[in-house]
Amino acid sequence: MNLNDKDIVLKAKEKLIKKVEKLGKPIKIMEFCGGHTHAIMRYAIDKLLDGYVEFIHGPGCPVCVASTDRIDLAIELARMPNVIFTTYGDLLRVPGSYKKSLLDIRSQGNDIRSLYSCLDAIDIAIKNKDKNVIFFAIGFETTTPPTAVLLKKAKEMKLKNLFVVSNHVMTPPAIRYILNAGISHIDGIIGPGHVSVITGMKIYKEFDMPIVIAGFEAFDILKAVNMILDQLINNERKVENAYARAVTEEGNKEAQKLIEQTLDVRDTFNWRGIGPLSKSALKINKDYEMFDAEKVFDVKLPSSKEHPLCICPKVITGKAKPTDCKLFGTQCTPENPIGSCMVSSEGACAAYYKYKEVDLCM
Amino acid sequence: MYVKLSHGGGAKETRDLIEKIFLKHLKNEFLSYEDATILHLDGKLAISTDSFTVNPIFFKGGDIGKLSVAGVVNDLSVMGAKPLYMSMGFIIEEGLPFEDLERIVISIKEEAQKTGIKLIAADTKVVPKGLCDKIYINATGIGKLVKEGISASNLQEGDVILVSGPIGNHGAVIMAHRNDFDIDINSDCASLWEAIEPFLKENVEIHAMRDLTRGGLASALNELSQSSNVEILIREEDIPIEDPVRGFCEVLGIDPFSLACEGTFVMSISKKDVQKALDILKSQKLTQKARVIGEVIKKGKQGAYIQTLYGSVRYLEEAPGELLPRIC
Repeated sequence: MNLNDKDIVLKAKEKLIKKVEKLGKPIKIMEFCGGHTHAIMRYAIDKLLDGYVEFIHGPGCPVCVASTDRIDLAIELARMPNVIFTTYGDLLRVPGSYKKSLLDIRSQGNDIRSLYSCLDAIDIAIKNKDKNVIFFAIGFETTTPPTAVLLKKAKEMKLKNLFVVSNHVMTPPAIRYILNAGISHIDGIIGPGHVSVITGMKIYKEFDMPIVIAGFEAFDILKAVNMILDQLINNERKVENAYARAVTEEGNKEAQKLIEQTLDVRDTFNWRGIGPLSKSALKINKDYEMFDAEKVFDVKLPSSKEHPLCICPKVITGKAKPTDCKLFGTQCTPENPIGSCMVSSEGACAAYYKYKEVDLCM
Repeated sequence: MYVKLSHGGGAKETRDLIEKIFLKHLKNEFLSYEDATILHLDGKLAISTDSFTVNPIFFKGGDIGKLSVAGVVNDLSVMGAKPLYMSMGFIIEEGLPFEDLERIVISIKEEAQKTGIKLIAADTKVVPKGLCDKIYINATGIGKLVKEGISASNLQEGDVILVSGPIGNHGAVIMAHRNDFDIDINSDCASLWEAIEPFLKENVEIHAMRDLTRGGLASALNELSQSSNVEILIREEDIPIEDPVRGFCEVLGIDPFSLACEGTFVMSISKKDVQKALDILKSQKLTQKARVIGEVIKKGKQGAYIQTLYGSVRYLEEAPGELLPRIC
């Protein structure tokens, strides 16, 4: 079945609209994951359901929630002599406190490389014995297991020139924050697909809210909204799975074990837009501390600062839409981003910019 | 055997390199040790220059040699000019294996034969290791204008927009190579003269043509819209994209409309000639998957738009700078 097929999607839309009419009021749904934000904008699902469903964009874009002090740290590490700095692609574009991004300092001659698989850092370390190779790990639960594997391999291979910075963050603390902070009335949450493949459905049990895990095609999203509507009509609040082709109750136990063996929960971690959030991120544990770049390299950073007009913090927490920002589309564009939400294709601002709607008056 | 700095010294070793690799395969009546080639040309000419750098230099469906010839041929062809002559400058990093260089030169020869374009001037330089990435090629082409008036600034209201084949194959192949992915397609890298020549002979009212290179379909249509001050609307469901490319884009979070092509073009033609154009395109192997993808909807304002699968219309935005995979 093609999950983007026009007939299938439009049928699901009709069903959904009938349910909203039965409920008697439009609903507000938060899609937690940036991948869903991107899909909703790319397929223009928000326009398709205009007047029936309002999507509030959640904090599940790893690049967007990376705080400015972490970007500053990345830039300082990358500027050290004799370093090959590696990370995932779209982080390279995020500007730090002084408007410079990793791409900017790469053009000044620093060796900065974008990896698709973090395990490539091992090859780079082996081929460049005289250099310190740093992998700046970022992401939610989806990208954490590969970092764990990287640490294990580095230890097995006794690599002396490979280091990792863990910026891995966790989904449940962010959902807890959104729900407890009473930021915005939300009727239901579309839960992240890829994250849940790793964690399983069990991590959402604590939440008193309709939560439906979804895949990333147009039909996946409409199906999840349909299931949330069913719960609302029946006055239920439970966790359901609309992504059964990939997600199970328990998740990937092997991956969870790897994370436990290599990483510990941090007492607190700074999220962009949210601020310090306790027990929300992971650090490298004692057994692997010889690879922990934060311990090995002594980097002193001045306190970070953000553009005074940038409202990414509000966008990330669903308090504002990208178009509420004075910088949106004028000073802040994907070519020249000021806030992190304009950087990643998962960021709400980038998605709004790229897929902005046209009124053709034809 | 590797190319050494001494091969660029201008003395005997340089001549050795030229004789043993370049002239061995590319010798013709024009190439000699003179400082310049004398040409006799009549009529209106088109000239185009382009520099080629690609990593990796050998990829599925082509290499930097084929790419350089096809690039020059295509730039001339989409202007309505028959490619006649080209010059090439090679900047080679020391350490490039002779066999790699020879493979590239053979591929230049083979690709040029397809169109009949002749290499009439060439140059080589060798630079120290690390100062260039294996090999860079600059190529300049000269063509004889066969049909006048084909221009990026000539799109007319009511024109129909066609694309000659599936988009994004070259970009996907290159990005897959760089990220160690296996992808089951070839680059579309090809010379387009053969596909375009019939249009210039048959009386098809072509207003503009553009080969899709960097920036892909999104950049080409935005440029055409700006040059002609027209609004263009294309339909997502009509744009041919092969499954491996679509899947690759989903995985990496990349927009297929911004992926590069190297043997695919768009044309804007008068509505009355659509069937004729499709017949010509579909009768040839290179362009048999051609499709009508949209129209020029209005003159007087710039804009390239795409109608999504479910009916809403959005801007066809160009990708910012470098294409970077997104996380997760």
